[in-house]
Amino acid sequence: MNFDYNEEQQLLAESVRRFLAKEYDFEKRRKVVASAEGWSAEVWAQLAEMGVTGIPFSTEYGGFGGSAVDLMGVMEAFGDALLVEPYLPTVGLAGQLVARGGTEAQKKAVLPRLVEGKLRLAFAHSEKGARYNPAHVQTKAIRTGSGWQLSGEKCVVLGAPIADSLVVSARTERGVSLFLLDRSAPGVAVSPFLTLDEMRAGEVRLAAAKAGPEALLGAEGEALALIEEATDFATALVCSEAVGAMKFACDTTLEYLKTRKQFGVPIGTFQALQHRMVDMVISYEQAKSMACLAGSKADSAADARDRARSISAAKIKIADACRHISQEAIQLHGGMGMSEELKVSHTFRRLTMIAQQFGDADHHLARFARLD
Amino acid sequence: MDLNYSREELAFRDEVRGWLAANLPQDLRDKVATYAELSREDLLRWHRILARQGWVAPAWPKEWGGTGWNVVQRYIFEEECGYAGTPPLIPFGLAMCGPVLLRFGSEAQKKRFLPRIYNGEDFWCQGYSEPGSGSDLASLKTRAVRGGGHYLVNGQKTWTTLGHYADWIFCLVRTDPTMEKKQEGISFLLIDMKSPGITVRPLILMDGGHEVNEVFFDDVKVPVENLVHEEGKGWTVAKYLLGHERMNTGRIGASKRELAKLKEFAARQPGDDGRPLVEDTRFRDRLSRLEVELIALEITNLRFLDQMRRTGQPPGADVSMLKIRGTEIQQSLTELMMQAIGPHAQPFRPIGSDAEFDTFAAGVAPRYCNFRKTTIYAGSNEIQRNIISKMTLGL
Repeated sequence: MNFDYNEEQQLLAESVRRFLAKEYDFEKRRKVVASAEGWSAEVWAQLAEMGVTGIPFSTEYGGFGGSAVDLMGVMEAFGDALLVEPYLPTVGLAGQLVARGGTEAQKKAVLPRLVEGKLRLAFAHSEKGARYNPAHVQTKAIRTGSGWQLSGEKCVVLGAPIADSLVVSARTERGVSLFLLDRSAPGVAVSPFLTLDEMRAGEVRLAAAKAGPEALLGAEGEALALIEEATDFATALVCSEAVGAMKFACDTTLEYLKTRKQFGVPIGTFQALQHRMVDMVISYEQAKSMACLAGSKADSAADARDRARSISAAKIKIADACRHISQEAIQLHGGMGMSEELKVSHTFRRLTMIAQQFGDADHHLARFARLD
Repeated sequence: MDLNYSREELAFRDEVRGWLAANLPQDLRDKVATYAELSREDLLRWHRILARQGWVAPAWPKEWGGTGWNVVQRYIFEEECGYAGTPPLIPFGLAMCGPVLLRFGSEAQKKRFLPRIYNGEDFWCQGYSEPGSGSDLASLKTRAVRGGGHYLVNGQKTWTTLGHYADWIFCLVRTDPTMEKKQEGISFLLIDMKSPGITVRPLILMDGGHEVNEVFFDDVKVPVENLVHEEGKGWTVAKYLLGHERMNTGRIGASKRELAKLKEFAARQPGDDGRPLVEDTRFRDRLSRLEVELIALEITNLRFLDQMRRTGQPPGADVSMLKIRGTEIQQSLTELMMQAIGPHAQPFRPIGSDAEFDTFAAGVAPRYCNFRKTTIYAGSNEIQRNIISKMTLGL
């Protein structure tokens, strides 16, 4: 039993942290968010240069053959810095689907470029009315003489407007299947928007979008298990990202309690506020423990039930802690916390969204109970 | 990072588990499982079984009978005991007076008291709280005046757990009331409960049980050789001991056992629609949340232990988190069990024959009542928050 990051993991997390502190402070991030593209190609290239985009991919494709645990420290750094670049959709989600379900040719076509930072992906899966049910897929894929034709609408596709390729879920006559599509393929239209947590996402409309026979990713009709596996992996990453964001929220709130004076004394001398701060820290420690659980289980495809139940247990606690810590951080900052000028209000927005990303606490409670 | 126990740790766990399965007497196991009251003899019997095995005081130095286990092994042992449902080891001698004597006692005191504590020959209790001194322990008033070869002790202690079983009591007393700081002028005395002038009066709690007492001291003579550490330095001893008292309040093994019991019970108990209660979504959500809390506590506990093992640092204010969450979970378990049992939580005591009386069901609500103590004792959870606020956060 040990909870340590090994030396390589520590070094990597430390170098990412140092890089972000220098090149991605709050002011620089603000400019990235306000830019037309909504993400920074230089930052992305730097992350690829540092090897961060390649960690969880096999060395055959230029990666490092790493695990979710190898990414925990990096995700914490992203959460701290509120990174808006499409790391989660590219590396955590769609990239995992390709790596776990793709043919040799698909992996060769996608992964090396992804690892080099030259290819960004998005996973077009969620649909109106699906809520968090992964099996709710109404988008249709029909076999044609020359391959496939996809029709349907995908909603809230994270990273879609800035992706080069999309992994799309669609129902064939055999069931839910995955397809790898060019975002600029005929019949694919993306309506972009800014998310509350300042990332780029979009609605994806597939109007008889055409794809070749090689577009099918994994076995036809058998994509659900793969989707759950990749979503669990991404959920584990987002748990660690949340831990990084929560750590910032706790630290900055504690600092505020020590410096802000009212009635002639620092407000941190008031017991009513001290106990609330303590409860935030307890929430944080519990959340960190659960992120360790999620990271450790995320790669265990062998025992899918144990993996899924552990990830859900983690997400329940993380979701609760996201709400608790973000709300308290704002409350303890008083009016200042409401201001867009303070980073903590942006952390609030990210934590608010993470609480529901890949399923809220209620969704995971039901899953956790179902798998008992 | 690897959340699993190592092969050696698993082997150790299996050894403890196997030994407990073979050596925990069935009648004691049953009593714990049915929440029956444990007598002085029950408690001492289990204590002596462990003493014979050499496992009763794992944390003590080896020369005094300690096992030499590291913190993780000690944790595994405690959790296995909790999970197996052994009677508790009463901490006042083993985990409180013993460590104090080891740290502050004279050689003569160690030789006189430690073997008797180890072998379960003396039953100890703790004389800390007073009617006017609860969380503000240092305000205590029980007076000890030195004269000749003894102290003359007058005053009152309260909430004295198992004082009615005890042979000895360790007490904080005020030897010098003139000091400006209330933490000064306090001394740590060991007092024979058979001394003339001591009266023990039961305090019956709301669950109907007798576990705590008031202890009155009326001109009680205590030989000066029973003073531990220097006169007036009792607060140093008390602070050291409070750290020890908070060590094992996570009680994860015992909570796991209660959770398993609750799940099993809720699977047999019908809900309003006749289907098992455990399938009722509202109940099920409460149950799941509690299980997740317990998982989070267990991993946090292991994380702190791992940190301790690696850095060699004693547990700091982190332990307060385990106390807060651990006791909240223990309380929630008793509450949910009471809720699961539904209307049958109401019967309390049979009148006349108890042939038709479900004593297990009748024990569930009193247990809920009794467990309200957990967030109050051993430094209330609010005091624990004060500790974290000051020690960890620097507020």
